[in-house]
Amino acid sequence: MADEILVRASGLVKVHPMGGVRAVDGIDFELRKGEAFGFLGPNGAGKSSTMRMIGCVSTPSAGELRIFGLDPATDGARIRARLGVVPQEDTVDTELTVRENLYIYGRYFGLSRARIRERTAGLLEFAQLEDKASEQVGALSGGMRRRLTIARSLINEPEILLLDEPTTGLDPQARHVLWDRLFRLKQEGVTLILTTHYMDEAEQLCDRLVVMDRGRIADEGSPRELIERHSTREVLELRFPPGEQAIRAEKVTDIAERLEVLPDRVLLYVEDGEAALAAVHARGVTPITALVRRATLEDVFLTLTGRTLVD
Amino acid sequence: MGDTLAWRSFSYWMRRYRHTWRGTIVISVANPFLFLLAMGAGLGGLVDQNHSAYLHGIPYLDFFAPGLLAAAAMQTAVTESARPVHTAGQPSGSYRAAAATPLRPDDIFAGHLLFIAFRIAISAAAFVLVMALFGIPGSALLLVPAALLTGLAFAVPIAAWAVGVDRPAKLNAFFRFVVMPLYMFSGTFFPTSQLPAWLRPVVELSPLWHGVALCRTIALGTGTPYVHVVYLAVLAALGVLAGRRRYRRHLHA
Ligand SMILES: Nc1ncnc2c1ncn2[C@@H]1O[C@H](COP(=O)(O)OP(=O)(O)O)[C@@H](O)[C@H]1O
Ligand SMILES: [Mg+2]
Repeated sequence: MADEILVRASGLVKVHPMGGVRAVDGIDFELRKGEAFGFLGPNGAGKSSTMRMIGCVSTPSAGELRIFGLDPATDGARIRARLGVVPQEDTVDTELTVRENLYIYGRYFGLSRARIRERTAGLLEFAQLEDKASEQVGALSGGMRRRLTIARSLINEPEILLLDEPTTGLDPQARHVLWDRLFRLKQEGVTLILTTHYMDEAEQLCDRLVVMDRGRIADEGSPRELIERHSTREVLELRFPPGEQAIRAEKVTDIAERLEVLPDRVLLYVEDGEAALAAVHARGVTPITALVRRATLEDVFLTLTGRTLVD
Repeated sequence: MGDTLAWRSFSYWMRRYRHTWRGTIVISVANPFLFLLAMGAGLGGLVDQNHSAYLHGIPYLDFFAPGLLAAAAMQTAVTESARPVHTAGQPSGSYRAAAATPLRPDDIFAGHLLFIAFRIAISAAAFVLVMALFGIPGSALLLVPAALLTGLAFAVPIAAWAVGVDRPAKLNAFFRFVVMPLYMFSGTFFPTSQLPAWLRPVVELSPLWHGVALCRTIALGTGTPYVHVVYLAVLAALGVLAGRRRYRRHLHA
């Protein structure tokens, strides 16, 4: 059953009662068993609102949502019993120890003491927290807390793991440790849904993703497909003195297939970056710095929405 | 009951309590002890010499202690319900962790109320024990439930309110402008018959006034407690109804 569909949303809408924000504005997607599926979008795109609906702690305002074929409106508790949730904000209890946090969470799922003890050993190892087991969570670093949150979410052996911005706010070192853990889960065949505004995170972890902006889905595909569809192979980044990006860009417009003027630099979408740079120099245009790089999901986002992911 | 969903939520609060229970027991005993000592040995003696007519000949300490028991139950109730509930309902709070599991908002509410009731009952039991040490009359078997009911008449509506409060400053305002005046003017320290006539009906709306009257009636064996029981039970019941709605709305927004 490689194509078994675990989550299906159509025309899904969320209007927050407070403030009446249309946080999710009619989105469709499907999650298949065993895949790592991502929502890539900037702050305020509606990612968390979507995740909370999938997690059955937020009622859709309109549209249809089915998880394991069940309706969250009537079967919320049954669905939640089969999910693992890593919310955007850690909800581990800072006054309890690492082990107690796992214990309490296991009890919430109705696991027996013996079963929890059995699971705890493996989860502590997974989260690399064996020697912190008896420490109060308040004393742990942000990265450790995040790993504990992930370990905790696995206690009930969930069929889907929901990760809302798993590495936001962590330092690069901690992020890499976390990516390594998530990659391991992926390889074990755990079905993942994750949200992120880091394009590198989406590229590394997602088999398939949707680009989300202002409550809508702009496009969907694998990272590679999206890059091929919406960008050229390479990008030439030119940096000019402040305030001169637009004027200088005019002189090189025809060199690129497409060109984006950002406040601090100009992006030229081209097949061959080095050749394009030579052409720029040949025009007598001299940028302060020039950089040739491969196209990324950031470029896809820029093309689709005209805005950058992280502002 | 051992594995209902509400029980799992209760177990969480009990697990937290394991880390702090010693301190709370010391406070629950020391507080009434010092208060009753000061009142019995000092102020009470003065009152008994000069004003006992207002108390119909009852020693001040016997009058004061059951009233303070009710006030202490209110205090425990407020302490256990206002801020802990608010914190737990925040985006990083423990309610959010529980809400992501099979627990429903009703279970989370019920489990926490169970714990709050436990705390009020334990504190009341300690208080009644201290009363007995001072030789103050009153049946523990009746006084503890009376204090518990008084506490719940506060704790349940407060929890229902606190779960959706946006700013903690509102909780502080509540302490200052509601709890403190109630504490002072609900007949704990002096009979409300001493208040101006126009103020009395207002004071008699106060749940604490009913709690004080209930505990005092039971301790001194004067009058009937039923009106007070009904009044307090209705408040707690309304709190349950409101809380179920508000917990659902807030945790499943
Ligand atoms: N509980 C809420 N009440 C009111 N507005 C909200 C709430 N949660 C999110 N929003 C609003 O909905 C929009 C989408 O937010 P969110 O889903 O958190 O996006 P993201 O996770 O992509 O940053 C934002 O404009 C945000 O302010
Ligand atoms: Mg978010």
